[in-house]
Amino acid sequence: MSHLTLRYRLNGNERADLVAGDETLLSLLRYRLDTTSVRQGCRQGTCGTCTVLVDGEPRLACITLAATCEGCAIETADSLPGSGGLHPLQQAFMDHFAAQCGFCTTGMLMAAKALLDVNPSPSREEVIDAIGGNICRCTGYEPIVEAVLAAATAARAGATPPAAHRHC
Amino acid sequence: MAIALETCHALREAAALLGRAPAARFLGGGTLLVRALNEGEADFSTLVRCLDPSLAEIRASGPRIRIGAAVTMARILATRELDFLHSAARSVGGPAVRAQATLGGNLFAPPPYGDLCAALLALDARVSVQSGYSARDVSVEDFLRERGNGAGRTLVAGVELTRPRDSRAFRFLKVSKVRPKGVSMLTMAARLEESGGRLSGVRVVYANMAPAPARAAAVERALEGRRLDRTGIEAAAAVASEGFSPPTDSLASSWYRRAVAPVHLSRLLTGDSKRSA
Ligand SMILES: Cc1cc2nc3c(=O)[nH]c(=O)nc-3n(C[C@H](O)[C@H](O)[C@H](O)COP(=O)(O)OP(=O)(O)OC[C@H]3O[C@@H](n4cnc5c(N)ncnc54)[C@H](O)[C@@H]3O)c2cc1C
Repeated sequence: MSHLTLRYRLNGNERADLVAGDETLLSLLRYRLDTTSVRQGCRQGTCGTCTVLVDGEPRLACITLAATCEGCAIETADSLPGSGGLHPLQQAFMDHFAAQCGFCTTGMLMAAKALLDVNPSPSREEVIDAIGGNICRCTGYEPIVEAVLAAATAARAGATPPAAHRHC
Repeated sequence: MAIALETCHALREAAALLGRAPAARFLGGGTLLVRALNEGEADFSTLVRCLDPSLAEIRASGPRIRIGAAVTMARILATRELDFLHSAARSVGGPAVRAQATLGGNLFAPPPYGDLCAALLALDARVSVQSGYSARDVSVEDFLRERGNGAGRTLVAGVELTRPRDSRAFRFLKVSKVRPKGVSMLTMAARLEESGGRLSGVRVVYANMAPAPARAAAVERALEGRRLDRTGIEAAAAVASEGFSPPTDSLASSWYRRAVAPVHLSRLLTGDSKRSA
């Protein structure tokens, strides 16, 4: 089987890994490098739970060949927390109850990050479009949309995102 | 079975390799090919990718436009000069799929896919095909006719098309049962240019009403030379399904597709596509 050396950056760290031509990015990240925040769902590109950023663009790790990422910067959800604590998106997901079983959460976070990185003031429709390729079977999506909008507001203000009203 | 990945730097080199190796497939964004690999349905043993810069080129400053086959839906959406194609490109999957899905791959995508392909057929685009060391241009119609025969063996280099005269001269509509991002139950695209207030050179295309995107000849005849008013639209809607035997699949029955085609065609022609989307 033909292997090649893949040089890339993973969450800011330079790496070189030997990959097979038909190895997916999901297989490399999750199963060989133990980056378990990259979840395996459908392996068809349909559920979005394996979403990572490749050079800032959202990509489905399950249908991306690792070898095509030569020279790219790959970000997973592990890169989100900064020295100051949780990323505004992570904080907002907690505050707005945007995670229940949590299986879709890392993919949702990365899909949302891809949006906020290029569009810090998205409309509700733009948020819905941005997470349109990510399936959540628990929340009904509304808390996720609210969380992304709150994170955008918080990031613009450089503050902690406003918490949802709690009804319990 | 292990799959080999070959990287070529020139178009002709990649085309020659595809011509030589029957079990080789050209790798676009891989949204369909890698999925087939994951599913154990790969009918290829080699993937050929090509880093020739011409494949990723967009030339859109004048009326005649060229788009390389490796251009993704996301890049079409990021190119203001291609705004008339934005509704078609945006209809393909979610943002992650659009960042990967190429124009070239869309020309080969089987139903229920091929939304951009339907738009390109309506716009009368020409497909540049490289077979071995020879290059030729074919209409999308001829390309689709030949597609089954040499699938994966020829290399699509890009497409050329003429920009529609104004933004209302091109319409696109995708009907899906899952919102916001479902696959197409029925896709329609139309070029509706006017000359002296009357439609001229009308092209209306359906996807998922036939095994590949196809022109609705009866609708085109009904509209040609008419005004795009209520009478014209009613005449077109009356023959909306003529000449089509749509498939029955998990998304809809053949009967249903024929029954709803006039409704969606009327919306397309009145510019009310949002009600169908
Ligand atoms: C979750 C999901 C949702 C999707 N939704 C849609 C949708 O809404 N609408 C839609 O139209 N499609 C959809 N698709 C299908 C697909 O993503 C698109 O059709 C896409 O444009 C295919 O392009 P690709 O570059 O990924 O093709 P690939 O997977 O790389 O290739 C597909 C086929 O085309 C051939 N090919 C690719 N490029 C060339 C070339 N330049 N020359 C010769 N042969 C070539 C390949 O050899 C292969 O046979 C979806 C896919 C997924 C996974």
